[in-house]
Amino acid sequence: MTPVARIEGKAIPFGRANVDTDVIIPARWLKTISRHGLGRGAFETVRAEPGNVFDDPVYADAPILIAGENFGCGSSREHAAWALADLGIRAVIAPGFSDIFSGNAFKNGILTVELPRPAVDRLMEVARTDPIAIDLEHQTVITPFQDRFAFAIDPFRKHCLLEGLDEVGLTLAMEPKIAAFEARQAPWLKPAI
Amino acid sequence: MASRPRNLYEKIWDAHVVERRDDGTCLIYIDRHLVHEVTSPQAFEALRLSGRTVRRPDLTLAVPDHNLPTTPRVDGAGRRLPIADPESAAQLAALEANAPAFGIRYIGPTDAEQGIVHVVGPEQGFTLPGCTLVCGDSHTAAHGALGALAFGIGTSEVEHVLATQTLLLKQAKSMNIRVEGALGFGVSPKDLILHVIGRIGAAGGTGHVIEYSGSAIRAMSIEGRLTVANMSIEAGARAGLIAPDDKTFAYLKGRPMAPKDEAWDQALAWWRTLPSDPGAAFDRVVEIDAAAVAPSVTWGTSPEDVVPVSGAVPDPESFAEPARREAAQKSLAYMGLVPGQRMQDVTVENIFIGSCTNSRIEDLRAAAAVLNGRRRADNVRQALVVPGSGLVKRQAEAEGLDRIFIEAGFEWREPGCSACLGMNPDKVPPGERCASTSNRNFVGRQGPGARTHLVSPAMAAAAAVTGHLTDVRELMR
Ligand code: SF4
Repeated sequence: MTPVARIEGKAIPFGRANVDTDVIIPARWLKTISRHGLGRGAFETVRAEPGNVFDDPVYADAPILIAGENFGCGSSREHAAWALADLGIRAVIAPGFSDIFSGNAFKNGILTVELPRPAVDRLMEVARTDPIAIDLEHQTVITPFQDRFAFAIDPFRKHCLLEGLDEVGLTLAMEPKIAAFEARQAPWLKPAI
Repeated sequence: MASRPRNLYEKIWDAHVVERRDDGTCLIYIDRHLVHEVTSPQAFEALRLSGRTVRRPDLTLAVPDHNLPTTPRVDGAGRRLPIADPESAAQLAALEANAPAFGIRYIGPTDAEQGIVHVVGPEQGFTLPGCTLVCGDSHTAAHGALGALAFGIGTSEVEHVLATQTLLLKQAKSMNIRVEGALGFGVSPKDLILHVIGRIGAAGGTGHVIEYSGSAIRAMSIEGRLTVANMSIEAGARAGLIAPDDKTFAYLKGRPMAPKDEAWDQALAWWRTLPSDPGAAFDRVVEIDAAAVAPSVTWGTSPEDVVPVSGAVPDPESFAEPARREAAQKSLAYMGLVPGQRMQDVTVENIFIGSCTNSRIEDLRAAAAVLNGRRRADNVRQALVVPGSGLVKRQAEAEGLDRIFIEAGFEWREPGCSACLGMNPDKVPPGERCASTSNRNFVGRQGPGARTHLVSPAMAAAAAVTGHLTDVRELMR
């Protein structure tokens, strides 16, 4: 996975609370065989609204999304993270996330930044006109107006994101231990045919 | 050395720890991996993109089931028929290409052994006691009926298992559901598990692995145990377990993929050590009186919305918690029911006998016994019976059950998930009602706007005959 150190650029000031995975990617898009291309279905119902932020050219190619409370609630579909990644989103800032969503986002190299409501409100305001930056190393969100908001992150997740390590790669690094375990396994465990 | 008494879950867990981290997370070895067409394409895609391989194709088995149509799969000349829906066809084609490309054994749509992954695993002897088994599907819990630690995983985890044959997990809490006594006349394992979910709630098992025990579970056939373990997920648990016993061993012996000869004897010796030790502790214990279980039905859109079939639709105001009250109101609006309405007065236009919960031979026998010499009521528009696998289908045909179903006005279909989920052509139309032997009565589960009442196979058959939800015991006398 691509290492994540600093994410900088336009942020989409979406701001809506309780955005569930059905809003992020409606069920009709799930019958796909690829992780790619889901951006076309992302926020489909929101994009049907005139004047929505996703189709505003000001935020074209923005790497950051700002949302309200409880972002990513609902089903466990990983397609929600794939859809965001396909849109080019590399970080989401919100006052809160569903656990499953932030796990899925992390697995796909998307940083979820949880900040208190007033900080998110301020970032929404800045995002309308200016870019913002997320410095993962120092766990801080910065604006051109000297705002600095510190955020918390699980140290293991931070390490993986900074190094670009995916979980499969981390486990494969333990291959000798897996091989040793297999060597101890009972022979009958191999299916007969 | 005196060691602490351990329960079944702890024994299987301990036997599969490759590495324990300081934070308690364990790298757990996975002995068996079932793969189907819906949750695997992106996992194989990721392997390809990163140049990785499948570590143990020999421990992996691929079977399509979720979106295969259940109509005939070959034409008169034996040629395979195409799938009309382009997305379903693409998912099937992806599995058919990925399995051989990665050296995985594949059972295809026209093979006699094809069926729902959770029916095929036990039937082939792929599922074994004491094994860890995973699949990208939440009803993987079913395999726990044979004493396997089995649970559903997401697509990233499918990729992780394919590449490493392991998963990073934290040990769950353990819950013991003890069912003592005998199930009454006309009461099935499905009624028992619905009753349990009604009792502990749809979140009652959250964070736990459930072990079902007690005389009622011991008396149950393997088919019945599969039904019970299957719906552990509807009780909020990640997995359900039943201690392997002589019934389990007799069921598995001679199955194609089960150990043979000396290997069987070695396996058996270990399997016999698996049941929970006397005095083993559980984080939570629930006692259920089997004699108190009645034929059950769901009235709402959560599997915990259960009442005896002789009961009535509850009044949402009768629930203490505001959240539950609100959910019940929404459920009733969706289901088109009113408080106080007798369940037996609820008419149904659709009957579905199938799904990984209730599509094994014993389920079909139970339904056929009720349907024998009877016909579906005029208001029943569609009645589907979908065997869980090709082998179940053949067995049923050998017993003449297909004739009974067809004469009763049922459609006798090819194996697959069918109307359990609205992903293939078998759906319940909007606003229509279905007495279904599947496991989820969620909003839209059987198709947009579909109204589902979860029941046992015998109860589904009874509803087909009368055209409304019915206490099957009245037809059995
Ligand atoms: S029958 Fe239903 S619950 Fe079972 S695997 Fe298929 S879709 Fe899932």
